[in-house]
Amino acid sequence: MPRRKGAPEVNAGSMADIAFLLLIFFLVTTTIETDAGLDRMLPPIEPPEDNVIIKQKNIFTVNINKNGQLLVEDELMQLKDLRKAAMAFLENGADGSCNYCQGRKNAESSDNPDKAIISLKNDRETKYSTYITVQNELVGAYNDLRNREAQRLYGRDFTKMEAEYLNPETPSSIRDDLKDKVKRIQDMFPQKLSEAETTSN
Amino acid sequence: MGKFAKKKDGDLPAVSTASLPDIVFMLLFFFMTVTTMKDSSLLVENTLPNASEIKKLEKKDRVIYIYVGKPTQEYQKVFGTEPKIQLNDKFASVDEVGSFILAERAKKPQELQNVLTTAMKVDKNANMGLITDIKQQLRKVNALKVNYTTYEGDAFRNLQ
Repeated sequence: MPRRKGAPEVNAGSMADIAFLLLIFFLVTTTIETDAGLDRMLPPIEPPEDNVIIKQKNIFTVNINKNGQLLVEDELMQLKDLRKAAMAFLENGADGSCNYCQGRKNAESSDNPDKAIISLKNDRETKYSTYITVQNELVGAYNDLRNREAQRLYGRDFTKMEAEYLNPETPSSIRDDLKDKVKRIQDMFPQKLSEAETTSN
Repeated sequence: MGKFAKKKDGDLPAVSTASLPDIVFMLLFFFMTVTTMKDSSLLVENTLPNASEIKKLEKKDRVIYIYVGKPTQEYQKVFGTEPKIQLNDKFASVDEVGSFILAERAKKPQELQNVLTTAMKVDKNANMGLITDIKQQLRKVNALKVNYTTYEGDAFRNLQ
């Protein structure tokens, strides 16, 4: 007897099982990676050609010892007070050229945000987690100041603007618009955070 | 013939499961696209510290990873418990970092070679001495853009 029609239909009932198996395989083997962190620039290895003399009052020294204690401007300080102290230093504006600064214009502290430098030193035995916390607070001090100015000028946070600007999915028309704003805020409080070589003891 | 009783009217018809494979495939494709395969298995303990002022690392193709931490349990017999550097799939010494960066940089397309970021995934219990040595190496090969990869969270939890 000849066959009535072509090949018989394949039972696809187990397709779901196979797909589930694959799904579970991918669920187990893959990790969504945590790729976020603190961006930093290292200083170039060759020293700048002309040795600029920086006034001591324009440098905010932060020292971390091997026990994780902080020495800020030659005084012992708790980590939680660091952000406030750094902000006060950055926007001190002693020479009066910075019209957006709300600092106390202390003659002993920084001239203006453009000249203010934060110098971070650490011991070889400092724990990495402490170092990151200190870095976080110092970057946070810059971000707080920049956020304040961005709120005043554009009504939104600097960190949000920057994240949107750096996001490759943002349309280029918006990016061009943001570029100038981000640049302007960055120039108001340029991030000058120097990481000197560590001391060995 | 009364052999088969007629179906009662109140009985619900069975729900068709014919579209189940489609749904599962959809899920499968979702997971296949959003997740990334681990490109190197970790030989070191890698609990990252927390930080709040973080920036996302966009564009994976522009990132070179360096892992630091003490060797995991199975490698401790051979390599000890002092924090070590892991480059790709093997342990390395500080001196090898520079040549590793140069080799990785040479692998990338020309237009990306100047915009590379070095992501440092460092265990929070590591000491700064080793990190400083790595930083010095990075400066030597002019790889100045670094990212200290962290988890998002309150930075003060690091101290506990």
